[in-house]
Amino acid sequence: MAVATHDRIVLDARGSFCPGPLMELIRGIRQARVGEEIEVWSSDQGSRKDIPFWIQKAGHELVAAFEEPNYTRFVVKKLR
Amino acid sequence: MPNRLSMVVFSGTVDKLYPVAIMASGAVAMGMDVDLFLTFYGLDAFRKGQPQKNEKMDVNYAEIAPMLGKLMKEKNVPSWYDMLRQAKEMGNVRVHACAMTLDLMGMTKENLDPIIDDVVGVGEFVSNAKDGEITLFV
Repeated sequence: MAVATHDRIVLDARGSFCPGPLMELIRGIRQARVGEEIEVWSSDQGSRKDIPFWIQKAGHELVAAFEEPNYTRFVVKKLR
Repeated sequence: MPNRLSMVVFSGTVDKLYPVAIMASGAVAMGMDVDLFLTFYGLDAFRKGQPQKNEKMDVNYAEIAPMLGKLMKEKNVPSWYDMLRQAKEMGNVRVHACAMTLDLMGMTKENLDPIIDDVVGVGEFVSNAKDGEITLFV
């Protein structure tokens, strides 16, 4: 589910299992414009490593990762 | 140099089709191509209508399989088939039907689910897999 808050797209993938949140992020990044930021929320344990790994491999920027109770918010900037 | 995950999908039970779909998704996420070779029970699971109604589980796990199935329903885990379709939408996933199994069962591509790209012989699959990095038998 995508919700737009100010100028950042939020993908709420909580409750989705590995590799669901990563797949949502990839889809979101594909649709975004270069320079845009996307936030993906994940409660899946695999995401903690998979998402930062993918961001690095795909050449984007992990702006921040916030630990919330029972989920993580990853802020990603599309670089290319 | 191809960057590819190849899988021989021999099993037709849902518990084995999940890892096929999840591995395919992971590979696509990491920018790899995926080649699936469906044979025997794995191909039977892709007969038209089967992906939607197949609920077979490995009998060795008959004690816990119903519980896992129930948990997956409760937690809204997408079906293995939907996962595989999504992986195919996102990346280069090719689904090949084993020619020998089709002949044996007296079927053609028309009897199979539309997710299947083509019918190939084992020689073609193996020679393609040879150029990839990972080949799994599931």
